[in-house]
Amino acid sequence: MKRVVLWVPLGLFVVLVVTVALGLYSPAERTIRSQMIGKPVPTFTLPEAVPGRPGLASAGFKAGEPRLLNVFASWCGPCIAEAPQLMELARRGVPIDAIAIRDRPADVAEFLEKWGDPYQRIGSDRDSSVQLALGSSGVPETFVIDGNGIIRHQHIGDIRPENVTEVLEAYEAAR
Amino acid sequence: MITKGLSPSAMAAVWLLLLSAAPLSAESVMPPAQYAYTQLPDPKQEAAAARLMQTLRCLVCQGQSIADSDAEMAADMRAMVRRRIQAGEAPEEIRSWLVQRYGNWVSYDPPVEPLTWPLWAAPILLLAGGLYLARGRFRRKSR
Repeated sequence: MKRVVLWVPLGLFVVLVVTVALGLYSPAERTIRSQMIGKPVPTFTLPEAVPGRPGLASAGFKAGEPRLLNVFASWCGPCIAEAPQLMELARRGVPIDAIAIRDRPADVAEFLEKWGDPYQRIGSDRDSSVQLALGSSGVPETFVIDGNGIIRHQHIGDIRPENVTEVLEAYEAAR
Repeated sequence: MITKGLSPSAMAAVWLLLLSAAPLSAESVMPPAQYAYTQLPDPKQEAAAARLMQTLRCLVCQGQSIADSDAEMAADMRAMVRRRIQAGEAPEEIRSWLVQRYGNWVSYDPPVEPLTWPLWAAPILLLAGGLYLARGRFRRKSR
């Protein structure tokens, strides 16, 4: 028994070294999920991001049907990558609204013309304040919001072709 | 060199192409928000804001506080902190607003809760254990 006890400190030391080594070698980059899932959309009103298209307000998410809220920017590369998938979702009848982060009307218009325009409403968030209120930590991100204005799902990063089903399922589940 | 054998005009065209290609940047072209890089006029408020900003974690440049980071999102977070402090909000209210959205992860000042209490308790427990062991040693020696 005493023999075993003598090995305990060394054992603890090895555990410590392994823990520290794993921490050093595993990537430190973590995805920060929003804690707002299951909670109502924070109250906000954003002006239009492109002329002629309505802006976006939190009140618009309580109309009884679920909607997608896409957080994007014209200066964001991965947003170009997900554009075809958003077009596909819109084609399948999913209503999509957007928030353009730190963007200029002319740039947003050019982006939509080049890469497709699946959006019904686009709000302009010039100082990322609504993005912060949503618990979003980057572009692009997509939230599924149910008909009562409750956030049901968050997709972090661009929606790739293989993610379309998952987003559709989350949308259907929010009905 | 790759361009070997190209005529001077073709070379010029290649250069023009390289220079005119817009880089795919991960940053917007918008100027930083007010108070992102400007201090508050009231030194007391600025001090409170600075203290808070040093304990809030940047979301895109993980491992840096928003006070240290040059990322646009950190700048927008600084602007938000200063605006709210100026409006009279307490630093801890702003922290809990962010924690509600991003979890405790966003704060460098973790609260004492079931998951984190060992952080505070472990040093005390280890010290107590050490004292206990040392006491046994001394007693044995003096015998």
